[in-house]
Amino acid sequence: MTSISRRTFTSVAVAMMGLGWTSLSVAAEPIKIGLVTALSGQSALAGEALTRGMQIAIDEINAKGGLLGGRQLTLVRRDDEGNPAKGVVAARELIFKEKVAVLFGGLDTPVSMAIVPLINQNKTPFMGPWAAGTAITKNGANPNYAFRVSAVDETVDVGMVEYAQKTFGTSKFGLVMINNPWGESNEKGLIAALTAKNMKPVGSEKFEPNDIDLVPQLTRLKGAGADTLFLVGNVGPSAQLVKSLDRMGWKVPVVSHWGPAGGRFTELAGPNAKIVHFVQTYSFFGKQSPVGEKVIAAIKKKYPEVKGPNDISPAVGVANAYDSMQLTALAITNANSTDGDKIREGFYKINKYEGLIKTYNQPFTPTMHDALTEKDYVWAQFIDNRILPVGLAN
Amino acid sequence: MLLLSALISGLGLGSMYGLMALGFYITYAVSGTVNFAQGSSMMLGAVLCFAFAQTLGWPMPLAIVLALVLCAVYGLLVEFIAVRPFTNRGSNAWLMSTVALGIVLDNLVMHTFGKEPRSLPSPLVSAPMEIGGLGLGVYPLQLLIPLLGLALAAALHTIARRTRWGVALLAVVQNRDAARLMGIPITRAIAVAFALSTLFAGIAGVLIAPLFNVNSDMGTLFGLKAFAVAILGGITSAWGVMLAGLLFGIVEALITVTLGSGYTQIFTFALVIVVLALKPNGLFGRAEVKKV
Repeated sequence: MTSISRRTFTSVAVAMMGLGWTSLSVAAEPIKIGLVTALSGQSALAGEALTRGMQIAIDEINAKGGLLGGRQLTLVRRDDEGNPAKGVVAARELIFKEKVAVLFGGLDTPVSMAIVPLINQNKTPFMGPWAAGTAITKNGANPNYAFRVSAVDETVDVGMVEYAQKTFGTSKFGLVMINNPWGESNEKGLIAALTAKNMKPVGSEKFEPNDIDLVPQLTRLKGAGADTLFLVGNVGPSAQLVKSLDRMGWKVPVVSHWGPAGGRFTELAGPNAKIVHFVQTYSFFGKQSPVGEKVIAAIKKKYPEVKGPNDISPAVGVANAYDSMQLTALAITNANSTDGDKIREGFYKINKYEGLIKTYNQPFTPTMHDALTEKDYVWAQFIDNRILPVGLAN
Repeated sequence: MLLLSALISGLGLGSMYGLMALGFYITYAVSGTVNFAQGSSMMLGAVLCFAFAQTLGWPMPLAIVLALVLCAVYGLLVEFIAVRPFTNRGSNAWLMSTVALGIVLDNLVMHTFGKEPRSLPSPLVSAPMEIGGLGLGVYPLQLLIPLLGLALAAALHTIARRTRWGVALLAVVQNRDAARLMGIPITRAIAVAFALSTLFAGIAGVLIAPLFNVNSDMGTLFGLKAFAVAILGGITSAWGVMLAGLLFGIVEALITVTLGSGYTQIFTFALVIVVLALKPNGLFGRAEVKKV
């Protein structure tokens, strides 16, 4: 055999094998679902929670025979280290190389904000199970491929004001915001929420992620007559706020975004951690719906180190990821395809889904890409290192 | 009231910057080099103390001593692998290699210690003491830190200027060859300086941990501010460095209470630039005299 004919033979053989494989493999080819989130660093625990929530939902769907006529779902994860540049690189890889049908985001708003233009450009549906930045779903693109099952800053800010008025009957609000884009966006949101009620904050202060002593900032707010504090910050700095309040002996209600839920808040802040009331989308404590019971049982079975609700942490990550994976599966079923545009349309066709957080009734429309509203929020506090709905411990 | 509370906050933080900046001073005075990753050394002190006292449950005094000893050992390591190979060849690459070693340490700690911030309890921060009915509590530890900082600065100053050993150390930087001929063991002197330097950072870490929390990147911003303080104080004087630390802390707190926290970083670091433009050798430094 000459070398040319050998080469021809090989290529023909490969081409034939390829043809044979494609026709065979379509039926069984898994549908890949991507997840770009922090899997290392301070937020690693949160990334693990997202993974668990999604995996429980995927296992459930696969056990029922998968989607689109028997195709199994597989989860492909990449670490963004909380860094937008790394997040975009990971998202590119998942979209172009792994060819994921839907891409899930993580907990850092800046990372999701960096990924959103990419997914809109490439018509890959994006699901946000955590990051709350308003502009992730309200990104101005048409058509818009970004969906979310999580709290939304804008809505949380309205919720914080209403919760403070209702629970504490207070009206002089002081803002304590972390000095980053998350704090910035909530400062705007809170001021807008107050303006809508013809109010304004008595003061607005910032603090750095590694600030130790917040007494100077708090002294200013106390001097301005604040009777309630609105807090936006991660668990470490939020704990420093509580410690500084302790030192000042200032007993003031603190209404917070969900930062404290991201770690061992009681250990870091001491027993007064309980004065901080913060927003959650779900709690595994207290009476559970049948879906809640089912999810807890599944997690306990798959992850033997989980003994009870306290180990399903952070709860919002698990709960949001579970519901968003289930809703995504419904969208893929409605699309009857893994085509990005059809899946986007598929999201709008979801009628009713009995989920973990709530029963969703047409959760998404072309103008509404956020499935949760302020009515779905749960207010919680830390009691002895556990996140309990406010009032459950009393 | 506003100013007084700022003063107390500022003194506490400022002495912490000063303590870490003293670490820069020691090695610079002896060898003309510094460990740029002082922040990581500080983190190491806090993390080791947490690991011994909380994870292993050993008594606190033992945990503190062990953590500090290991910090000093780490300093020897920094000198041996990140400084000596480069200075021996007259290269300035130690600038980068000390930073690199710090990043390696940060990440090693992240993988072993974990990713979550943890809390190191201390009897010195359990209950704030009221100061003269001002409505502002102060933890005993916050008073201990400035005292300890000043005491260490005083001790360093005395050793450097009044003892044979100190003068010998300072001679090393002036003229290595002459120092060697005078029988000063310069290799050992520089190694000791690095051990002392990370020891100081470790002390800062152990002191700050109960007020703050323990995590693998707790030292980054501190290390940066401490370096600014060291330069501001004119790096060649122990007192100058410590005072610059206190000043930096107080200015930071004063800007926060008067202008608001949004301006703190802008103004403090702008001030650093202004001061250095006006006094290139720092507030308390002396121009270097090259003796020929």
